[in-house]
Amino acid sequence: MVPLNYYLALSAFVFAIGVIGVIIRRNLIVILLSLELMLNAVNLTFIAISRSLGSMDGQVIVFFVMTVAAAEAVVGLAIIISLFRKRQSLDPQEMQLLRW
Amino acid sequence: MSIELLIFFILAVFLIASSLLVIFQRNPVHSALALVAALFIMAVLFLTQEAPMVAVLQIFVYAGAIMVLFLFVIMLLNPSMPEKGHWIWWGSGSLGAALLAVELISLFLPVHGTKPLGAEVGENFGSPKLLAEILFKEFVLPFEIASILLLVALIGAVVLAKR
Repeated sequence: MVPLNYYLALSAFVFAIGVIGVIIRRNLIVILLSLELMLNAVNLTFIAISRSLGSMDGQVIVFFVMTVAAAEAVVGLAIIISLFRKRQSLDPQEMQLLRW
Repeated sequence: MSIELLIFFILAVFLIASSLLVIFQRNPVHSALALVAALFIMAVLFLTQEAPMVAVLQIFVYAGAIMVLFLFVIMLLNPSMPEKGHWIWWGSGSLGAALLAVELISLFLPVHGTKPLGAEVGENFGSPKLLAEILFKEFVLPFEIASILLLVALIGAVVLAKR
């Protein structure tokens, strides 16, 4: 059997890769893709711990995380489309209307 | 080394490689395709953890529906502009994420030693029947809230896109 720690370490690594993507990329769509990667890393943690404890609750939580991820992707992409129509750009650095 | 450990390491290497491809590709379409690969490998990892139903949902919902939506939007907008990267962002971002990774991994690794995954589980662990029983008995209220959330997201997306 594979130890639980290996799964947790792997998901921590993937989560960190997602954080790098959110910080260094300057394309809104790739930032959303990195967010999906981070959500999936958390899903892997839930599944591994659910198996380790012998309880199905973790798998149900993953189901809800998928629902929230779908809602987030739909609303995020709709915002990106309307922003792109207005500014012809996907660079988050240019979206600073509310900055003081 | 047991065969399970070997499979886990092969999957882990492929997962990390495709995750790195997601964030370091210039073209967003290539990033999205790398994310599809990462999601498939994640589904196989779910299978090794006795979660077949969640693995199938992962492939259908994530790799199917959500990624098609992403690819559709990417190809609709066709954003092929070069990114003006700045070394401060690259440096601080990589440093912060490396610190996060080191901290999380060192947090996880020594806690339980190398104890294998614990509890004994029955053979229908992770089956659709058991998942549905828990979902519709203990988690009914979150389930209904999730359905309202999806409805709100649907209406919000239509309103935003029509604007």
